[in-house]
Amino acid sequence: MAYQILTVDQVKPGSELPELAIDVKPVTIVLGAMAARDWRPQHHDYKFATENNGVRDIFMNTPNLAAWFEKYVTDWTGPYGRLGWIRFRMKDSVFPGETMVFTGVVTGVDTDEAGCAWAEVALTLTTGGRVTTLCTARVALPATEGDNPWQRKGDQWKPQPAQH
Amino acid sequence: MSDLPAEVQGWIGQKRYEQEGEFDVERGYIFTTCSSTENANPIYWEEKAANEITDGFIALPSMISVWFRPHHWAPKREEQVLPLQVHFDLKAIFDLPEAVMSDNTVTFGEPVRPGDRLRTWQTLRSCSGEKKTKLGTGRFWDIDVEYVNQRGEWVGTDSYTGYGYRRD
Repeated sequence: MAYQILTVDQVKPGSELPELAIDVKPVTIVLGAMAARDWRPQHHDYKFATENNGVRDIFMNTPNLAAWFEKYVTDWTGPYGRLGWIRFRMKDSVFPGETMVFTGVVTGVDTDEAGCAWAEVALTLTTGGRVTTLCTARVALPATEGDNPWQRKGDQWKPQPAQH
Repeated sequence: MSDLPAEVQGWIGQKRYEQEGEFDVERGYIFTTCSSTENANPIYWEEKAANEITDGFIALPSMISVWFRPHHWAPKREEQVLPLQVHFDLKAIFDLPEAVMSDNTVTFGEPVRPGDRLRTWQTLRSCSGEKKTKLGTGRFWDIDVEYVNQRGEWVGTDSYTGYGYRRD
């Protein structure tokens, strides 16, 4: 079976990632927290979240939010896309009963000194109409169909961006 | 002039809480993470794809902190062990009962594979003076968490900005 391959020549600054909408249920929050081994009560205990944290419900934990951004990026790139760097700022929490909407745009394309091709993307998570998280990610893409960023090791893998 | 206690000033830049994960990297949590995020990437589900693309199964890069989150309960453990202990030390020393994470930056190195046993340590990079936000009054701090595998290869760095606060 041939797998989806997004090569770097197929993207350019301004290219948009397909929108992704996900309805958030209590199980979305709890399953995400358990997958991340995050046992803190604000991610599964309504009473604790509302009374101790002063928020309106249980809310998504940080590692699971990172996993959602990873899924969003690699749904777009296919399995040859290799995430190198991600930064996100949480402005508000994600609660059950809302719809998460991920959108993204390519902000830059470059090749590093080791010859690895990169796309930088700006991602926005809007939840219940509020911008809840802003994210920047760098993902390595195959330069051609025969290239595979996952084969890079040691000095051939430089995920840290020049700026930021 | 910094208003930080000398103890906190001494933590800045110091490598602390070096530890090995409590268990080997394993596929159960990888499946649960994929399931929780509806992630169908074949390198996590299909052996053929994993062999062809990543030389065998790997963990999702974004799972890097998962392998160090302590068991909620373990025999002969008197107190619950907390992940990101530097964060909780800061909450305790400043008597800030609540905290949230506002920023997270992760850089990914060598892929993490089932069977790996990772090591980690934490470094406090900075701690602010007292600041007031809509959540309450407290302080911001930056903590780096480094991860290496059993061969000493760098697998990632997780950098957090936390805000510990007291509700006004």
